[in-house]
Amino acid sequence: MNTEPSAALLRPVESLGRVTLDTVQSLGRFGLFLAQAVAWTFIPPFKFRQLLERVHFIGFRSLSVIILTGAFTGMVLGLQVFLTLSRFGSEAFLGPAVALSLIRELGPVLSALMVTGRAGSALTAEIGIMRITEQIDALTVMALNPMRYLIVPVVVAGVITFPLMTALFDVVGIFGGYLVGVKLLGLSEGTYFGEMRPFVDMADIMTGFWKSLSFGVIVTWVCTYKGYYTGHGAEGVSRATTQAVVLSSVLILVWDYFLGSVLP
Amino acid sequence: MIRVENLQKAFGDQRVLQGVSFEVNSGEIMIVIGRSGGGKSVLLRHLLGLFQPDSGRIFVDGVDITGLRGRALDRVRERYGVVFQGGALFDSMTVFDNVAFPLREKSALSTQEIENRAEEKLVQVGLGGMGHKNPAEISGGMKKRVAIARALVTEPEIVFFDEPTTGLDPVLVNAIHHLILDLHRKFRFTAIMVSHEIPEIFQIAHRVAMLHEGVIVEAGDPKTIQGSANPVIQQFIHGEIEGPIRAT
Repeated sequence: MNTEPSAALLRPVESLGRVTLDTVQSLGRFGLFLAQAVAWTFIPPFKFRQLLERVHFIGFRSLSVIILTGAFTGMVLGLQVFLTLSRFGSEAFLGPAVALSLIRELGPVLSALMVTGRAGSALTAEIGIMRITEQIDALTVMALNPMRYLIVPVVVAGVITFPLMTALFDVVGIFGGYLVGVKLLGLSEGTYFGEMRPFVDMADIMTGFWKSLSFGVIVTWVCTYKGYYTGHGAEGVSRATTQAVVLSSVLILVWDYFLGSVLP
Repeated sequence: MIRVENLQKAFGDQRVLQGVSFEVNSGEIMIVIGRSGGGKSVLLRHLLGLFQPDSGRIFVDGVDITGLRGRALDRVRERYGVVFQGGALFDSMTVFDNVAFPLREKSALSTQEIENRAEEKLVQVGLGGMGHKNPAEISGGMKKRVAIARALVTEPEIVFFDEPTTGLDPVLVNAIHHLILDLHRKFRFTAIMVSHEIPEIFQIAHRVAMLHEGVIVEAGDPKTIQGSANPVIQQFIHGEIEGPIRAT
């Protein structure tokens, strides 16, 4: 007689327990996925051809978007920072302000966000389609490890290409700031570049480097994971792609704040 | 060669396999028939080691593969060839590269030997000279034949076919079945096929097993199955609406 009311009371607890277990399981699977990818990175034979293809896909084919966004970010910075500094009569510091903003923050973050949109989403869709069309199962039953063939080349390519693309973004952005600050607003060339030297040191460059390196891991990890464990059919791939882009973007910003507070 | 003992698998509340048991002898073509969504592909995925059963065991030449992982399981899989339902061809590669891929990755053959063998397999499935095409450029029937060529290029001892003729016209269904039979005569592999191409499968099967409601209701040679008194089998092979199988 007393079982029904107590069962009804227990139902929310049961649901909470199920959600908690599912979440813990998903997080565990997510972590194990990266651990496996890292482990397989160091186990031969290495798939250099796949790695080159992924470097080309993630890096080379993102060049135009990186150059374009880098140039305009630098130009916007040049304009806004110049106008702000001119209120205090400190226009001379435009160069270091643009360079530090780009090298420490905007370069790594914006280039990672751009690559997530261009290459990350495509990677999730590609691996997701391979999953739903049984191509990943085909690799598995051929006794070929899908981690080694599909995931490791992407993660390693991310580690290689993200810092390079960030460096390109920074350089193009600094020249964008130069175009606006020097060529448009009349700041002297010597002041723009000369003031950078005392203010931008190696620690700033290394902060940007570590950020871009970790973003490379985050974006490729999230995007390949979401594709690898995609749901059923076209809808599953579509949902996985959206989740990959959203989660990557959020993690980039969260990790950027974390690294920004611990790195010098 | 392959023995399945009391295999059980549930997904949540849905009990898909409820104690499947059967045996396949070496060199035999065993065809598992049953309704769509009745667990045939789930059974096949257990045999391939892609799913782990809740209980029960699968023996391949006396070795229980249900507990195997990693390299030990890969050693069993190296004896397999698999033709997936949709072909599962790698769309980033040409037809030729798809067929050559298992050899390039797993064999110690020279480049020339690999090329010769891949081309030979394409010729055997009637696709000689088509190797340069991409999977997206060929028809459904051709994709199935490429998948068969890829599955057989390593000359496996055991070949699994997951509905290799689904979605094809009757002429192509017959052509694929005859191709499988021809290749079986040449290479004498053991084959397990999942299909519901009735009555065509009776022409190529050595034995047929009917999977219904998670168990094998009957297994035997084609004549035994066709003459079975079991109303489930009779309804299924004649495609009748009335009977113990509900058309849901």
